[in-house]
Amino acid sequence: MPDESTLDKIDDPTTVAPDTSDHDVLAIDVGPEGETLLEIDHVTLRFGGVVALNDVNFSIKRGEILGLIGPNGAGKTTCFNVMTGVYTPTAGEVRLNGKVISGTKPHKINALGIARTFQNIRLFPEMSALENVMVGCDARHRTSVIGALFRTYRVRPDEADMPSSPIRRSFAKVFGISRHTVEERSGRRKSMELLKFVGIADRAHDLSRNLPYGYQRRLEIARALATEPELLCLDEPAAGFNPAEKEDLMDLIRRIRDLGHTVLVIEHDMKLVLGVTDRIVVLEFGQQIAEGSPKDVARNPKVIAAYLGEPDDAA
Amino acid sequence: MSQILDAYRGLKLGDRWDGAPQWVRRVGLLLVIAFAFYLPFLNILPFAYIRTDLSSSGSDWASVLFLVVIYMIVAVGLNVVIGLAGLLDLGYVGFYALGAYSVALFGSTSSPVVEALQSRFGLSEEWAVPFAICIPIAILIALMAGVVLGAPTLRLRGDYLAIVTLGFGEIIRITARNLDGVTNGATGITGVPVPPGPEIDGRAFFNTIDAERWYWLALTILLVLIWMAFRLEHSRVGRAWLAIREDEDAAAIMGVAAFKYKLWAFAIGATLGGLAGLLFGSKQQYVEPNAFMVNLSFLFVAMVVIGGSGNVYGVLLGAFLLTYLPERFREFQEWRPFAFGVALVLVMILRPQGLVPSRRRAREFEDRKVDAEEAAADA
Repeated sequence: MPDESTLDKIDDPTTVAPDTSDHDVLAIDVGPEGETLLEIDHVTLRFGGVVALNDVNFSIKRGEILGLIGPNGAGKTTCFNVMTGVYTPTAGEVRLNGKVISGTKPHKINALGIARTFQNIRLFPEMSALENVMVGCDARHRTSVIGALFRTYRVRPDEADMPSSPIRRSFAKVFGISRHTVEERSGRRKSMELLKFVGIADRAHDLSRNLPYGYQRRLEIARALATEPELLCLDEPAAGFNPAEKEDLMDLIRRIRDLGHTVLVIEHDMKLVLGVTDRIVVLEFGQQIAEGSPKDVARNPKVIAAYLGEPDDAA
Repeated sequence: MSQILDAYRGLKLGDRWDGAPQWVRRVGLLLVIAFAFYLPFLNILPFAYIRTDLSSSGSDWASVLFLVVIYMIVAVGLNVVIGLAGLLDLGYVGFYALGAYSVALFGSTSSPVVEALQSRFGLSEEWAVPFAICIPIAILIALMAGVVLGAPTLRLRGDYLAIVTLGFGEIIRITARNLDGVTNGATGITGVPVPPGPEIDGRAFFNTIDAERWYWLALTILLVLIWMAFRLEHSRVGRAWLAIREDEDAAAIMGVAAFKYKLWAFAIGATLGGLAGLLFGSKQQYVEPNAFMVNLSFLFVAMVVIGGSGNVYGVLLGAFLLTYLPERFREFQEWRPFAFGVALVLVMILRPQGLVPSRRRAREFEDRKVDAEEAAADA
């Protein structure tokens, strides 16, 4: 029907030459590097008698890559859930840029600038890879039901959003283009750019359920980046990856930081964590047991004990 | 049976249609629309056998067509709620009744509401709210009912929502029956206004005899609504609904305002239901509570599910079959519930995704089947 065909007519970026650009268009505007971006301020979370997080207290500086590590069940994912609004902390608060965000709804927290991926992949399986990312882009769009229905809100388009046919072009020059169309086009372009950035553009039109595992993981990252988050939280992004893929992922995380995003990464793989992060926070049984540079943390006896168990002779 | 199904699959009409050049699609669409407008006068054998008035006991052909289109409007609206946003609404007849009652209450000179307005403002006995103003009133009332019902209940999921909406449908009907002072109770309201138009042969343009004019009016409205439904489906809004249906929590974390879009789906569905009810009440020129029994809700849901939830063409077919077939085979009227039940069971066994499913929906059903088989193998 009409709209599907117009969407197809929007110059398909898949046909554009292979990825050589430096993805400048994806860079985001953020405040000065090094300032405190997110504060987890003495957060405690209880489910009945179970203490999932106990007085966890750390902060993330803008522009850094922070690792959050700990054994299984230490409360790392719970920590993400508190930050993204899934849970409200029992005590303490979470602040983003000095503003309290704990207790805010998940989609509003996303609008404030936090996006995440999931440990067990949660894409929209019946949507194509491109559509998945476009859902992320929509988070920054303003057209809603009325705008999509009547398309009366006209804007002056950039050169890139201009239609190619001369008649439509002159029409657009006089009357502008509906904001809906501009957002669809730019969203589609940006989504394609993001798919190239994470390296899965070749399967852009496949349903996400049909993508190979590694592609799905990367697609989750692309979808999260599409919401233009100041802080990107990656929940075990390397789970199930082989060493070569892990190498690629480390490179990707660094490139994400270079775009201006701050990255918080939960990971089990110590080589990856030590290789890519600037600073590490260690959790065990909901308690924060260490914080510091990768080198310090790797040598910290408490951390070694948490991962390898107490040596017998210590008793 | 399976051979027939395979042959049907082999046609791949959808793919062929999508693959055809644009001008072919445009011409094809125009032909279909033109044929739809011509239908009331269909008299060429053998096609004329589809008419419902071949025997003396048959029902008026144009009136049947009108009802088919009214139910198609209902199906398009309910498809937004069930097919796109994935919310099971079992009380859709409530909105349909609200649409019909609003035009009756404000437009009929014999309605208690209009009589109260007449005496309050000293207006003449013939005064009633003009039809043109009844339309926005009916739409607004249905829309507000959708929002008022949706705002507290859309926080519920799945079965709970179905039960609450089921109750809503009944509440509207029972209220209409018992609120004697406002709705005339079980007696109903007569003299529901019709759209204005030039007089032809001494009769009003929209009258009870020339049903084909009603049919054309409803068909025109249906076409506009389908076009709008497509606009929504292929926009940010459609994507948001789809994302919510697939994984509501993940969608919320990705910035989709899940509650807002669910409420929109509900309100849009309610508006279309109200609009269909308005046309129905106006054509009947009479509204009474028993026209809005709860089984009508089930019929509406059956149209969407049998036709193919999530696909506009599918639900149009569903609405057509479930309205047209009982009218065409009126001589077997006593078999109607039985045939309906058998048909429903057969569709659920052979084609649970509906006759013309949305491609996504069809795959979802395949997945569930595989999951169930795996679970059975594990057990």
